[in-house]
Amino acid sequence: MHLEPIYSLAPWLVFAPLTGLLINLLFSKRFKFSENMIGTVASLASGAAFVVSILLAYSVLINHGEMMRWRLAEWIHIGTLNLDWTFRIDSLSTTMMLVVSGVGTLIHIYAIGYMHEDVRFKHDEGRFSRFFIFLNLFIAAMMILVSGDSYMMLFVGWEGVGLCSFLLIGFWYEMDTLGRPSWANSDAAKKAFIVNRIGDFGFLIAGFLMFWYLGSFQFDEVFKAAPAVAQSAPWVIVAITLFMLIGVAGKSAQIPLYIWLPDAMAGPTPVSALIHAATMVTAGVYLITRSAPLYTLVPQAQHIVALTGAITALFAATIAVGQYDIKKVLAYSTISQLGFMVAAVGMGAYTAGMFHLITHAFFKALLFLSAGSVILGLERGHHQAEHAHQEKVKSKKKEVKNHGHEENGDEVFDPGDMRNMGGLRKTMPVTFWLYIVGTLALAGIFPFAGFWSKDEILLDASLHFTSIYWLLTIAAFFTAFYMGRQIWMVFFGESRTAAATHAEESPRVMTLPLVVLAGLSVAGGALNLPFEGFHNLGYWLGYTLGEVESLPLNPMVAGISFGLALTAILISWLIYGREPLKAGQVDPLKKPLGFVFTGMENKWFVDEGYFAVIINPFKKLSQFLADVIDWRFWHDFVHDTVILRTYNWLSEVALDHYADQKGIDAFANWLGTATQWISENVRKLQNGFVRSYALAVMLGVVLILGYLIFK
Amino acid sequence: MISINYYIILSAILFTIGAMGVLIRRNPLIIFMSIELMLNAANLAFVAFGRSWEITSGKPFYTGQIFVFFVIAVAAAEVAVGLALIVEIFKTKKNINIDEMNSLKG
Repeated sequence: MHLEPIYSLAPWLVFAPLTGLLINLLFSKRFKFSENMIGTVASLASGAAFVVSILLAYSVLINHGEMMRWRLAEWIHIGTLNLDWTFRIDSLSTTMMLVVSGVGTLIHIYAIGYMHEDVRFKHDEGRFSRFFIFLNLFIAAMMILVSGDSYMMLFVGWEGVGLCSFLLIGFWYEMDTLGRPSWANSDAAKKAFIVNRIGDFGFLIAGFLMFWYLGSFQFDEVFKAAPAVAQSAPWVIVAITLFMLIGVAGKSAQIPLYIWLPDAMAGPTPVSALIHAATMVTAGVYLITRSAPLYTLVPQAQHIVALTGAITALFAATIAVGQYDIKKVLAYSTISQLGFMVAAVGMGAYTAGMFHLITHAFFKALLFLSAGSVILGLERGHHQAEHAHQEKVKSKKKEVKNHGHEENGDEVFDPGDMRNMGGLRKTMPVTFWLYIVGTLALAGIFPFAGFWSKDEILLDASLHFTSIYWLLTIAAFFTAFYMGRQIWMVFFGESRTAAATHAEESPRVMTLPLVVLAGLSVAGGALNLPFEGFHNLGYWLGYTLGEVESLPLNPMVAGISFGLALTAILISWLIYGREPLKAGQVDPLKKPLGFVFTGMENKWFVDEGYFAVIINPFKKLSQFLADVIDWRFWHDFVHDTVILRTYNWLSEVALDHYADQKGIDAFANWLGTATQWISENVRKLQNGFVRSYALAVMLGVVLILGYLIFK
Repeated sequence: MISINYYIILSAILFTIGAMGVLIRRNPLIIFMSIELMLNAANLAFVAFGRSWEITSGKPFYTGQIFVFFVIAVAAAEVAVGLALIVEIFKTKKNINIDEMNSLKG
């Protein structure tokens, strides 16, 4: 096929980012790369992966969706286990590749500007290059994940992105979010990795079951062997799919393993955008979509998946209503939208799920990056205000208080807290409009991208699963509400702090990628319009997933969701927009909702619950095992008391005293004494008397003669 | 000749008396005399055995008697040396009591 040379480019998906990584790693210090140079290298590496994705997608297109496999290397061939590093190029994987590398490249470019201004940066070049090295590593790992041809290759990438998530969340590992020395960031990174690991455990169990009962890890072989096993032993397929669901819950932040994602906001904002909005968290959705042949065999498992997704969507949406940190709202929003996606693929609406994955990547990345822009704008304003304040203070010849982040006494200024914002639409207009675009897309307002994708999910739910439809619709209502709340609190009204008054707009290197993302958020709906002949994505994914139900637009469902979204925004305006919040004012929802709002504010105390039920008992158990069993029993008792004292008795009393001193020493001493006695007595022979010598001679003669004679 | 036994017994008695003299007497001159006595006892034995052989074999046999000359010569030389030693010792110690010669005591 004359497309062969294009397919041979597939390994560059992984190796282009790795090359960028290596260049930055090996040469940035030696040749003293500037910040722009480091960022450009990384962005070009990511962009190269994007170009390769385009080429691969194009070749799949002109091949009428035919799947191609490109084997790079043999990996494990033991017995019946045959694993290779093979790239699978079909419509589903190219879709993921395009999203990951496309959005990833835009975020790389944005990060050049963001990291330069990050208050925790302190112009440390080594740290700067380290960030981009990790970003490139992430892109490489994600590429391995989406291009893998077997569950094990997918798992390699799965673990890799988990690692990069850890590295990037805990990037400022010695600080907390506000730059104070603390364990907070590294704790968040550890939490992410550990919770992810629980998910990985589920994935591995599923993998083992798969190999044991289906005989292989490779996608095609598994899907071929599955129906037979489903007939004979259906529990196997159910077990596999449900354990994979655990993995998905860990990676894509569903109940009960979503807890790491809000804490992950401790990482720099580009990280939140890339990993925790657009790409890594979608790996779980991709996994389920890829395993569609398995899931369709077991409707019971599908129900559980869909229900998990729907409940997560609603649960997270309620928490987002009570959050004050701008990034936390978006984090819970991500969990909620992931719930939408998981519910979609759980219902069998794979196209809808993937569609929402793509549009969500666009507008969520847009929102996160704009939030980063807002945060930095507030930082700039804070510095301005500080300088102005200090000028005033100096002129009054008073003591200058801590220069830096301190505002009122020992309160550190938090640029992410929405209560410190307000009125930013005047000082940061570009960011404002970008944020509006993202919000409208997320809330599902016609004709932005989110409307089409969310509507498709709701449509499928309304036709097949009514309970899930209601859960998701209520979640959509909350989505629009909290986003509206966010807009009014951040951009409208009067600025509540000096920092907000002096906020400045972000540089072009940051806003230009956002404009691109905004454009995609507006136009993204065109990917899969619910009209005949426009189901582009459905048709495209149908090459891989088989027949796909293409649903026409249901005006009632669409109307209900649209109407609810508008209503939610209106209500949020009534509460937050009409009388803008003043500085220090309590959230107006607090009194009417009372304990419900407290629950929302405190994320329904889930983390506290985990601590009380799992973590603290575990700590107590390990403390018990360590102190009592290990130290007091094994060390003090068995070792010191029993073994040591027995040994000491043995060596001191039994061996040393009795055997050695009384036994052997006595004998040796006796030998010496005997020798002494002999020599003393023999000495007496030599007395110098000649006569005694003569006598001795005589006696000797007598003896010899006597012997000779009487012999 | 009378039975040789008598000569041997006499030689033994003389030897024993000489040995006793060596062991018991304190004066070195007397000790030398006792040594002479022992040597002469040996001479007597030589001669007695020589004569006995001569009688038994019937041919003349003078070896016993010749040997006596050797013994006498040796005795003479030995006495000369011994007396010279005693003179020297007397010069040093002014005393020739043999019990006092115990400087080699170990």
